[in-house]
Amino acid sequence: MARIELRDVAKRYGSVEVLRNINLEIQDGEFIVLVGPSGCGKSTLLRMVAGLEPISSGDFLIDGECMNDVRPRDRDIAMVFQSYALYPHMDVARNMGFSMEIRKAPVAERISKVAQAAETLGLTKLTDRLPKALSGGQRQRVAMGRAIIRDPRAFLFDEPLSNLDAALRVEMRLEIARLHQKLGATMIYVTHDQVEALTLADRIVVLNAGDIQQVGSPLELYERPANKFVAQFIGSPTMNVVPVLGTETGVNVGNGVEIRMLDQPLTAQAKELGVRPEHIDVLDNGAGDLSAVADVVEHLGSDTNIYVNAEGIGPMMVRKHGNIPVKSGDRLGLRIQAQNAHLFASDGTALRRAC
Amino acid sequence: MSAVRKPNPLLVVGKYAALAFYLIFALFPLYWLLKIGLTPDALIFSEGTRLFPSEVTFSNFKTVIFQTDFVAYFRNSLVVSLGAAFFTTLFAAGAGYAFSRFVFAGKRIIIALMLITQMFPLLMIIAPIYKIVADLGLLNSLTSLIVVYTAFNIPFATFLMQSFFDGIPKDLEDAAMMDGCTRFQALRKVVFPLTLPGLGATLGFVFTAAWSELLFALMLISKNDAMTFPVGLLTFVSKFSVDWGQMMAAGVLALIPSCLFFIFIQRYLVQGLTSGAVKG
Ligand SMILES: Nc1ncnc2c1ncn2[C@@H]1O[C@H](COP(=O)(O)OP(=O)(O)OP(=O)(O)O)[C@@H](O)[C@H]1O
Ligand SMILES: [Mg+2]
Repeated sequence: MARIELRDVAKRYGSVEVLRNINLEIQDGEFIVLVGPSGCGKSTLLRMVAGLEPISSGDFLIDGECMNDVRPRDRDIAMVFQSYALYPHMDVARNMGFSMEIRKAPVAERISKVAQAAETLGLTKLTDRLPKALSGGQRQRVAMGRAIIRDPRAFLFDEPLSNLDAALRVEMRLEIARLHQKLGATMIYVTHDQVEALTLADRIVVLNAGDIQQVGSPLELYERPANKFVAQFIGSPTMNVVPVLGTETGVNVGNGVEIRMLDQPLTAQAKELGVRPEHIDVLDNGAGDLSAVADVVEHLGSDTNIYVNAEGIGPMMVRKHGNIPVKSGDRLGLRIQAQNAHLFASDGTALRRAC
Repeated sequence: MSAVRKPNPLLVVGKYAALAFYLIFALFPLYWLLKIGLTPDALIFSEGTRLFPSEVTFSNFKTVIFQTDFVAYFRNSLVVSLGAAFFTTLFAAGAGYAFSRFVFAGKRIIIALMLITQMFPLLMIIAPIYKIVADLGLLNSLTSLIVVYTAFNIPFATFLMQSFFDGIPKDLEDAAMMDGCTRFQALRKVVFPLTLPGLGATLGFVFTAAWSELLFALMLISKNDAMTFPVGLLTFVSKFSVDWGQMMAAGVLALIPSCLFFIFIQRYLVQGLTSGAVKG
């Protein structure tokens, strides 16, 4: 059981405010993913939850109990570090069993738990090796084993997969998803990787420069981003954002074409229009809202990425499912799917739809 | 065909020749010490520069050990050097850890002050030190030497220890604390084993420095029974009208503890204990 709450939490280093106004309620068993650009405070937030970094102001609660000043060892939280942080002078088995050694658990129990964790993570043959004799992926699994052996109230992961190659990453991602299903423990997971965030998370927390931008399920963030930052941060390839002039019935894009936005009444305030590459239709030249010239075309087999130069707007990206017979230099017509477009006010906040 | 190139034999020979030359150059004075120590007194001057003594005797060693105060000097030196090495390393480890891990008010000032203490010529501070030691009533005591050597070696030893702590990722301590350690347990079980090379190097450095220190020992100790070995060595000059044979024999004996000490700590001096801790 672990319901984790952060109330008005802030972190300052001297006069530098690294995190501010962090309000977050994490339900028991929830999988929360923290994303945000480098240096936005993800690790710092995780370390405050772990108890490794003091909280400058605000309250941190586990199951309703204030834990601000509780030592890491008494929080019953396990953490997998960005750097793995394996004990170099201990072999794999001792690394994994170290927490039980410290808690003076019976030796027989420790040995069987270590064996069990090694089995789960495919480390059985490596238990008597020192960390320096392991590959990156194996070290990562040892770090994971060290956490799961404890059966803690909550798990913290700080970019645990960032050093693995693509194939291993997918494998470990599945492993973590399975682990979460099996243990049902609360997990907070920091990542840079879109796919990891969207596939693992119950809810995603988007951080930027020390502020929470939005909290929501992957689909919510994708479909209803609260502002331009979230809109461009979530989703790959990145959303196209073009300046527009809002009117009562729609928006005028650069070339004077009006795009009607029937279900969005606040369009007079709209300063920018965001549309994901997959929400632009490719038509014959002359049709649609915009005319454009294909610049670079990437055929990925399952998808086609078309980088275009739209008249009066500039470079945009379009992604279509399947193989689209377009060549570099072709003139195309583009239609923006108005029902899937987003409008942003001058301060970047998304204008809510009426629906 | 294997692409492994045989190293040029001339190069190999050259390399070993250079190493051999260096070894001879470095070890020859030690050999000479031993040679004179083993030469019978009567032959020392007639032997001249002969490479090997025509006759070998242990009488110089016997005299030094059984008929002079050498054993007492030796014991005093051992007490002083071990004491200074122990206390210096103890304080330096604590200070080095704090400098490496914590941000605190006045950190830069303290570091600057410690650097400044290293800038004064010894001769300038020897009189004040003498006065302080005299006022404390510690003249002619081994304690005074331990205190002075500890004080003088702490700054450098602290920087040495700090650099060793800097090399141990902070994540390791954090991981240990997440695993249930108190800060102190994390230090003892994770940081300490990884700091052994640093502790060994610092101990060795202070031990050798104290072992061969002459200036302070000469100033602060005038009673025969509290003399350390380097001061005691000087007594061979006056008492025995420069008894070269015995002096050299004493010198050879004095090398033994340093050698033993380094043989003992050298396995802790090997680098690379922390490899494998982080991704790299
Ligand atoms: N001890 C410190 N003193 C001052 N500033 C610090 C300190 N530690 C971290 N910071 C600052 O806090 C901010 C957040 O750091 P943090 O490590 O949490 O970023 P992050 O989101 O984890 O980045 P990354 O994705 O690169 O790991 C950074 O701008 C960093 O410079
Ligand atoms: Mg980080």
